Amino acid sequence: MRNKYSVFSLIKNALSYHENWQRAWKDPAPKKAYDAVIVGGGGHGLATAYYLAKKHNMNNIAVVEKGWIGGGNTGRNTTIIRSNYLWDASAGLYDHALKIWEGLSQELNYNVMFSQRGVMNLAHNLQDVRDLKRRTHANRLNGIDAVYLSTEEVKKFCPIINTSPDIRYPVLGGTLQRRAGTARHDAVAWGYARAADAMGVDIIQNCEVRGIKRNGDSVEGIETTKGFIKTKKIGVVAAGHSSVIANMAGLRLPLESKPLQALVSEPVKPIINTVVMSNAVHAYVSQSDKGELVIGAGTDDYVSYTQKGSHQIVEGTLNAILELYPIFSRMRMLRQWGGIVDICPDASPILSKTSIKGLYFNCGWGTGGFKATPGSGDLFAHTIANDEPHKLNAAFNLNRFVSGDLVDEHGAAAVAH
Amino acid sequence: MFLINCPYCGERDQQEFKAGGEAHIERPKQPTELSDDEWAEYLFMRKNIKGVQFERWNHAHGCRKWFNMVRDTSNDEIKAIYKMGEKPPSQ
Repeated sequence: MRNKYSVFSLIKNALSYHENWQRAWKDPAPKKAYDAVIVGGGGHGLATAYYLAKKHNMNNIAVVEKGWIGGGNTGRNTTIIRSNYLWDASAGLYDHALKIWEGLSQELNYNVMFSQRGVMNLAHNLQDVRDLKRRTHANRLNGIDAVYLSTEEVKKFCPIINTSPDIRYPVLGGTLQRRAGTARHDAVAWGYARAADAMGVDIIQNCEVRGIKRNGDSVEGIETTKGFIKTKKIGVVAAGHSSVIANMAGLRLPLESKPLQALVSEPVKPIINTVVMSNAVHAYVSQSDKGELVIGAGTDDYVSYTQKGSHQIVEGTLNAILELYPIFSRMRMLRQWGGIVDICPDASPILSKTSIKGLYFNCGWGTGGFKATPGSGDLFAHTIANDEPHKLNAAFNLNRFVSGDLVDEHGAAAVAH
Repeated sequence: MFLINCPYCGERDQQEFKAGGEAHIERPKQPTELSDDEWAEYLFMRKNIKGVQFERWNHAHGCRKWFNMVRDTSNDEIKAIYKMGEKPPSQ
């Protein structure tokens, strides 16, 4: 039985110096067989397991993770959550996620620190202005809150932005989605892990997948570093390593894995009240609740699995940050890191069945998967449980690269690639 | 970040170069006879190998010439560089 987190449990545990808290999730050895196995214990994988157990009564399932929970891209992203995408399919997908975010802490009984501080996207040239206005209209037609802001309104909403007309790429306007914001990224993984574990899901860490066993056109199980696990359904949520897993099953994916970098500064007092993203100069920044500036840089252009990127990528981002926010000129950066992101040709994800029965892929989120975590898990669980996609993820099938029915979101994906 | 030995200019910093993706993807000889599946394979599907991979690179801020590279994507180590049209080295 899982104890509930509450003010009373906090007081009770304070009396024993916080030494007797229950484990958030067990550390089981894998069973011989499961009804379904999720490969990848990041936010999306754990959310998938949680919704499989909660909504589809599949409790005899496991999540296998080669590292530890919260150690992959879940703990490496810049925590931005928004749904202001251009096309109807994307709007449906990302706003579905945003609606779940709004009640997630209560649902999971775990504070994911979801903060709707707004996300502002800046325009720096006339084409940006036209694109962002078009996107604002498209968002509103899809019931997503969005407003277009003039330069003065941008300055009013976030006073530290340099809106002077004589900078290299002046701020000509921007959009604002007020329901957007941030969440504590690893808390999302921990919250889902704890809630899934409470419903009987086995979360198996330090367990790397080495092979996928097929019998003709269907799957029979997975080879792992902890032995063979028999299962009829495998949901792969392996982000940057999706192609590696696909290769084990003899499947080809339209993905390229590239390093994406981020960095945080030393903590300072509250200075930036929102999330500001700027595609044209490639700078986006927010401030964590601890006070660090959280800065997202770009991807390198070559395939790499090294979890480190090139120095000039960070340099370019910091140049842009400094021109937009001269007040940060003397900030010191504390940490810099890279994560491997799996990028689709149309900058939209794949949540899909495959040509192999019982093998499902949730990948291709590229540089912006964190925001979709709850929606992605919910829809992928639906796809696995019913062997059919939900109407919200039907457009994000693997077959779109054959039919040509792409969902081109290069404009709304914040990182140019 | 690494150094690349351009076959025309010699060793230069990686930021002078542009990565051009997977090498040796041949343009279909009879494009009009291709099925949708074959087009998808040619246009979109990639090996995306973790390990030794064959790639095209361009010395964009140098001689602007294209060449091929064999690189280990798990540690960014360059195994070989050879000119366009030359046979790839066997592993």
